[in-house]
Amino acid sequence: MDVLVCVKRVPAVGAEILLTADGTAIDTRHLGFTIGPHEECAVEEAVRIAERTGGSAGVLTVGPPETEEQLRYALSMGADHAVRVDTPETDPDPEATAAAVTGALGELPPYDLVLFGEASADAGHAQVGFRVACALRRPVVGGVKGIDLDGDRVLLRRESPEGVEVHEAPLPAVAAVLEGLNLPRYPTIKGRLRAKKAPIRVLDGPGATGGLRTLRLRHRPEARARTVVLGHGAAAAPAVVDVLAELGIVP
Amino acid sequence: MVLVVVERDGDGTLTEDSAEVLAAARDLAESLGVPVGAVAVGEPGELPDDLVKRGVGRLHLLAHELLTDGSPACLGEALAGLVADLRPAAVLAPSTDRSTEAMAWAAAELGMPLATACTEIRPGDDGPWEVTRERAGGVLLEDAALTAPIRLCTLRPGSPSPSETAAADEMTVHVVVPELRASVPRARLVERRERAAGMTLTTAPVVVAGGRGVGSSEGYAVLEELAGLVGGAVGCSRVATNNGWRPHADQVGLTGTRISPDLYVACGISGATQHWVGCMNARSILAVNTDPEAPMVTRATWAVIGDVHEVLPAVVDEIRRRSGR
Repeated sequence: MDVLVCVKRVPAVGAEILLTADGTAIDTRHLGFTIGPHEECAVEEAVRIAERTGGSAGVLTVGPPETEEQLRYALSMGADHAVRVDTPETDPDPEATAAAVTGALGELPPYDLVLFGEASADAGHAQVGFRVACALRRPVVGGVKGIDLDGDRVLLRRESPEGVEVHEAPLPAVAAVLEGLNLPRYPTIKGRLRAKKAPIRVLDGPGATGGLRTLRLRHRPEARARTVVLGHGAAAAPAVVDVLAELGIVP
Repeated sequence: MVLVVVERDGDGTLTEDSAEVLAAARDLAESLGVPVGAVAVGEPGELPDDLVKRGVGRLHLLAHELLTDGSPACLGEALAGLVADLRPAAVLAPSTDRSTEAMAWAAAELGMPLATACTEIRPGDDGPWEVTRERAGGVLLEDAALTAPIRLCTLRPGSPSPSETAAADEMTVHVVVPELRASVPRARLVERRERAAGMTLTTAPVVVAGGRGVGSSEGYAVLEELAGLVGGAVGCSRVATNNGWRPHADQVGLTGTRISPDLYVACGISGATQHWVGCMNARSILAVNTDPEAPMVTRATWAVIGDVHEVLPAVVDEIRRRSGR
């Protein structure tokens, strides 16, 4: 079975996020880049499915040449081929991203299953997978935390407010997955070496733009007061329990 | 019209998130000088009464057997048809998984943008509207221009809402049977399992969570013990799930569960953004950490500087001593 995973290059932010002087983006001068946790699980799942079924696991991203770093990461995890849809923007609007992915899927050999992360780790628009599924008229399930293959259909498990649901979809299908689907592997040295030399197929992007344009980013105002330090080590225990009692949590 | 996609609980009543969206829609509709309409799936039940007092004068009920299992893609397709007919100024929905997915499908079908996780919507006179939306789980806010003939938005809970809403004069209910093409391959629900009753991360008044500083899966025993004593649940950071110390269901954070307990006890958790967005809505935070400069410590309400395995056993002993247990 052939699986394609769509990933996005995002800044690997720490505890503080710095913004650029014009406030339109995250200042990434001192940051590394990564793919989001949901997408890491999607890559892992694709690799496992390919191993189990003797199929292939592809990985695709939309963006300028530097996004190939994330494709190579996915290759080092065991993906066997990579595609970059060339667009100038590093953070395209979700309509533009979906158009680029949909266009690429029309050019590439057919995939049985196309996986997305539920939402990117930075913009979090949470819609590209559904847009692509709609454009291709494929069945789609979001929030997926379990994938079981069964011949020409796939069973997709997700959580709902009431419990757990299992959806059945005929292949080819699309799924947006969540972290927790599996425990992604760390790339091996051998994997990294292979990924370094692997060719990456580059397709031209459609040049489409969408109707949502970022004007500025800002920090959410934080209203918290200064931290009260209750003490050091075990000696702080009485002060901690005083606080718990004050909150009515312990008698 | 401002059209609101409303969701209902298992017992058929309007969800809290939907009520908040209706309040925001009312504000928006007033500023535009247009009425508020609502769209829901299934039988009317109590819904018309619930909606009329929230200022909704028109309810569209989508009726189709494909919608009964709650497939967001089918709902999106049905919604796109209704929206294309009604041409409202805006369509607002709660930013739940189900509504976001349905709106994403509808937006794709309509060929329009969708602004998800909005906290504010500011209509423009002639030009684009401006929205404020949450990014990276809400740690950043984004102001964005939304250019579309029909503005599709999902709203985060806690969006500004008016205090009083005038009831609508009357309610008209329109049953709409959407045309859902039979030839299109679809996912269908084949199994549904109810969650076992009991305390969950999202409902627990106290969450005791551990990160790197706990050190091992065995290290969580003392967190379990403290959680048991205070009637709380145990959570963890992404480090703990990645190391296999705890199941992913326990993970608090952007890609885990977002919680808002009365008290969050963060044990050996540094407080990276990915984790912070999961717990920032806690009413108060107690951080236990060896590093006084850790972001979780500097953002906490209270902090104890020290090793989890020295501090927590002492706290457990102190609680037992005071309660004579």
